[in-house]
Amino acid sequence: MTEVMIGGTGTALINILFLAILFVVALAIARLRSLFAIVMLSGVYSLVSAAWYILVDAVDVGFTEAAVGAGMSTAVLLGAMLLTARTAKPEKPLKRIGPFIVCLVTGVMLIYGSIDLPALGDATSPANAGVGLTYLQINWFDTGVPNVVTSVLASYRGFDTLGETAVVFTAGLAVALLLGFGERSLAETLRKQPKAAPRPAASNTDGGAA
Amino acid sequence: MKGDHHMILRVIAKCLIPLIVIYAFYVQFHGEVGPGGAFQAGVIIAVALILYALVFGLTATMRAVPPWFTRSLAAVGVMIYAGVGFWALLSGGDYLEYQALFGEPPGEHHGQHAGIIIIEIGVLCAVSGAMTTIFYALAGRVAEIRDEDW
Repeated sequence: MTEVMIGGTGTALINILFLAILFVVALAIARLRSLFAIVMLSGVYSLVSAAWYILVDAVDVGFTEAAVGAGMSTAVLLGAMLLTARTAKPEKPLKRIGPFIVCLVTGVMLIYGSIDLPALGDATSPANAGVGLTYLQINWFDTGVPNVVTSVLASYRGFDTLGETAVVFTAGLAVALLLGFGERSLAETLRKQPKAAPRPAASNTDGGAA
Repeated sequence: MKGDHHMILRVIAKCLIPLIVIYAFYVQFHGEVGPGGAFQAGVIIAVALILYALVFGLTATMRAVPPWFTRSLAAVGVMIYAGVGFWALLSGGDYLEYQALFGEPPGEHHGQHAGIIIIEIGVLCAVSGAMTTIFYALAGRVAEIRDEDW
């Protein structure tokens, strides 16, 4: 714990290793044309960045990245990939210059901005000294929840989380309204195989009891 | 779904899916003391369902967990969350003020614990329902995932 805060040589080397893997994976994604490989590599990218988040002590962010980025979005992208072609169209080399310049300028701006960032684990940084410190001090008396992340998310900022839940619900609703609920294909499949005896629908949600 | 060359995959998936769901509930109910919470737990439950769909086919999955159930689950989850807010309103507090749920003075934590657990259950329902609905909508466009599609 303290080693991460101080940032020893070993931690720095592992940091560099993870970032190098991310860089290589990103390059491979940019150069590949096969969509299946790109989807799989983006899952790898999420998993490596989740490991890196955990290395810099952002455990909750890393967990979310592993669950959503590596698990859910890879599966959804695979499902979307089945609806389209298997390979991306090759584009003209001249057309790559515009995106390249945009990436270059954005990268330079981000690096310029990161010069002013406080060091990792700096106790006097605004994130640690201001409202974050106050939450750490008053959390136990206010809520009695040991994990400050949970109490901030669910109690202090319950409105935000309600909004996020509504956003997730709206996203599901929007996709279903655009693409249908998937029931039509189920009915078609059932019509094609009339001999398959319909089993009674299980009432459990886990789907693992079968 | 024909032939025996998916047998290992199917047996392993059958062992893994219950463990994944149990892990999701672990993440859900240990959100108070460890990393993670209802958002992650909901996604993990959806991933377990997607794994089932990938291995056993979409039709079997839709028989087990019908699409009307997942989209209702998403709506019910948001309603559970919003309902806690109205519960706090009716108890005389502000919207989503857990301290007012049981009318406790500051320093007592039963209302906080109950409120957080209930809204996390709401988030779990909303996220897992919405994610499964999205997957059904995307995967339902192709009749059946064949081996050649990979």
